[in-house]
Amino acid sequence: MGAVEKQRSGLAATGAWDYAPSPESREIVSLEERYGLFIGGEEVSPRSRSWFTTVSPATEEPLAEVAQAGARDVARAVDAAREGFEAWSAWKPSERAKVLFRIARILQERARELAVAESLDGGKPIKESRDVDLPLAAAHFFYYAGWADKLEYAFPGRRPRPLGVAAQIVPWNFPLLMLAWKIAPALACGNTVVLKPAETTPLTALLFADVCRQAQVPPGVVNIVTGDGSTGAHLVRSEGIDKVAFTGSTEVGKAIQRELAGRDIALTLELGGKAANIVFDDCALDQAVEGIVNGIYFNQGHVCCAGSRLLVQESIHDQLVRKLKRRMATLRVGDPLDKNTDIGAINSKAQLERIVELVESGTEEGAEIYQPPCRLPEKGWWFAPTVFTNVAQSHRIAREEIFGPVLSVLTFRTPDEAVEKANNTMFGLSAGVWTEKGSRILWMADRLRAGVVWGNTFNRFDPASPFGGYKESGFGREGGRHGLEAYLRFE
Amino acid sequence: MSQTLALPRTLELPGGGRLPRVGSVDAVALEARAAELAKRSIKRESKVFALELAIRMMDLTTLEGADTPGKVRAMCTKAMYPDPGEPSVPHVAAVCVYPSLVPVARRALKGSSVKIASVATAFPSGQAPLAVKLADVRAAVEAGADEIDMVLDRGAFLSGRMGQVYEEVVAVKEECGNAHLKVILETGELGSYDAVRRASLVAIAGGADFIKTSTGKVSPAATLPVTLCMLEVIRDVHDETGLVIGTKPAGGIRKAKQAVQYLCVLHETLGVDWMTPDLFRFGASSLLNDVLLQLRKQRTGIYRSPDEFTLD
Repeated sequence: MGAVEKQRSGLAATGAWDYAPSPESREIVSLEERYGLFIGGEEVSPRSRSWFTTVSPATEEPLAEVAQAGARDVARAVDAAREGFEAWSAWKPSERAKVLFRIARILQERARELAVAESLDGGKPIKESRDVDLPLAAAHFFYYAGWADKLEYAFPGRRPRPLGVAAQIVPWNFPLLMLAWKIAPALACGNTVVLKPAETTPLTALLFADVCRQAQVPPGVVNIVTGDGSTGAHLVRSEGIDKVAFTGSTEVGKAIQRELAGRDIALTLELGGKAANIVFDDCALDQAVEGIVNGIYFNQGHVCCAGSRLLVQESIHDQLVRKLKRRMATLRVGDPLDKNTDIGAINSKAQLERIVELVESGTEEGAEIYQPPCRLPEKGWWFAPTVFTNVAQSHRIAREEIFGPVLSVLTFRTPDEAVEKANNTMFGLSAGVWTEKGSRILWMADRLRAGVVWGNTFNRFDPASPFGGYKESGFGREGGRHGLEAYLRFE
Repeated sequence: MSQTLALPRTLELPGGGRLPRVGSVDAVALEARAAELAKRSIKRESKVFALELAIRMMDLTTLEGADTPGKVRAMCTKAMYPDPGEPSVPHVAAVCVYPSLVPVARRALKGSSVKIASVATAFPSGQAPLAVKLADVRAAVEAGADEIDMVLDRGAFLSGRMGQVYEEVVAVKEECGNAHLKVILETGELGSYDAVRRASLVAIAGGADFIKTSTGKVSPAATLPVTLCMLEVIRDVHDETGLVIGTKPAGGIRKAKQAVQYLCVLHETLGVDWMTPDLFRFGASSLLNDVLLQLRKQRTGIYRSPDEFTLD
């Protein structure tokens, strides 16, 4: 249209409107050079005498040295938790609640510091760590603090009792939030924990150790052991644990389940996903586009419940894809600490390689790739937001979890076909449905084999809402009253 | 009056024979998106750019029963020289007054490129016979208004008489001649974003050059989500037909920070091509001085006393 071209010259004098850099200050976080393990209420040096460096994925800059816990360190942590359990499980539940309330309040007070640390260590945009991770982490502690002295009412007549020592392994995509999902219900139910943060993102867990000290969590109730996969393996093999809670890849989840076979240890797994985001032709289109973007580009797509398979009704495919591509061009990729950044850094080199490999398979198998023009920083690990069209159900990019900012678009014709295609996966963690018809959302939710079905929204979390998978996405629920059950036995 | 005009002819899709799509709006997601865009952090040179642009996009407004020629003359001077001590500050886009005061503004603005906008069609209620509304428009145009801000007939719209609404816009457009037509939807009375979307489409189909949120006499007036909703309609219309329509949020925008938020919404919805006074206006009476204050803060690093800026 000529008119727009003409008007463009009006602005051409001043150029495009670039937002000036607006970085959140790093000053608020003061990191130690070295972090030991948090065992029995104090920081201790690892008996393994080995350390590793955690780096910022956005700049590859080393942030701190962190202990690599070996078998003896893990055993020591489990012993401390065992010891701590005797006293903690006998505490008056309302007193346990106070401790959790204190943690929640301290998380709120130190929210900015923790948000900056999370973005530094993990690469996620500060607006997400500030507006999503931290508020939700605090909310989880508030929520489960409320349950601590009401367990008898949550399970009337079933005499709920704590399990004992919970071994908890959390992933690198939401380090502090997943810590909160694990620790809050465990403590509320009277258990003690040994938590292993992910190798690439240990910092907020180590800062959380300080939060525990501040909140006067009794010694041995929360123990934190850092390290790579071998530390996790030691933890799962430990004598003296009563429960394993794992969030991470399906592959490791299966290995853990094999390891625990024949042992009397409770297990919950929250694993991978390949969620279908299903868009019907009667939906509010522009808002669906926002939901699609939020579904897959939130946290660089490092989200187990990400809406990575877009199922679009064929009649609106072209229009929707056009809108989506235009919207993708406005995404701001770059410095995670910049308040205007929408997409941050890929968490690690290994993850970037996996994304690249799968994206190459997509092009090779004949899908059509689109990436908006964007300048990626030279240092660090980055991947531009990507969408594939012309994807077939049999392509690897439609079946395997990519865990990156990569969306695969498929089409369907009827609601029945949408259900069939959505369920045709080994995973079953989440799904989204976009339609103006409330009745159709309910019809779909009845038929979708996924732990969470979002209606006209995506990636919404609340501590009161249970979360968990079907099939290879795992079992057990976190959040809500259901989340308590994973940390209780019934007499 | 015709009842069948669900979607006027100009919005039918070119070729293909697809059914035209009015589309719907999800209120929760729309408001979430607007809130997200409101958090953009605009600093330094990008802020100076936004503040100067906000001045260039401003329709400096007085629409009171107590308006007098003296008041309007004073406002016209402010419109031409917003910050007399700072010649680099641009003039505003237009002044917006009642039809009876257009001749006063005409004389006061002689020789400047500040436009004159006049409300018409029985502003603000629109509750008058069509002939009266058209006479109102004619008087304003004859007195020298460059732009006419008409009010949408909400009574007709809310009772489902879309044909009447459409035909009235067509008639007013005709009466406007060369004057630009802004159609005020009065979104605060429409009740839902779906209704705002439909009203926008009908106004555009009838010949609106701009769609405008509010009269300023009803609360809520302009909001970020409702403006986003209208920008999305304009984007769809441009996609489907190539028509280029402007937007004017009006009422309730008093702070520079709000103005910058609106510009972020505009920027990330329609893009830089639409960031011009030809396609976006702020209807405001008290916004200008806060923008000037912020602009001087950016230039000097100091917040000056509000008394340094003239009232009108």
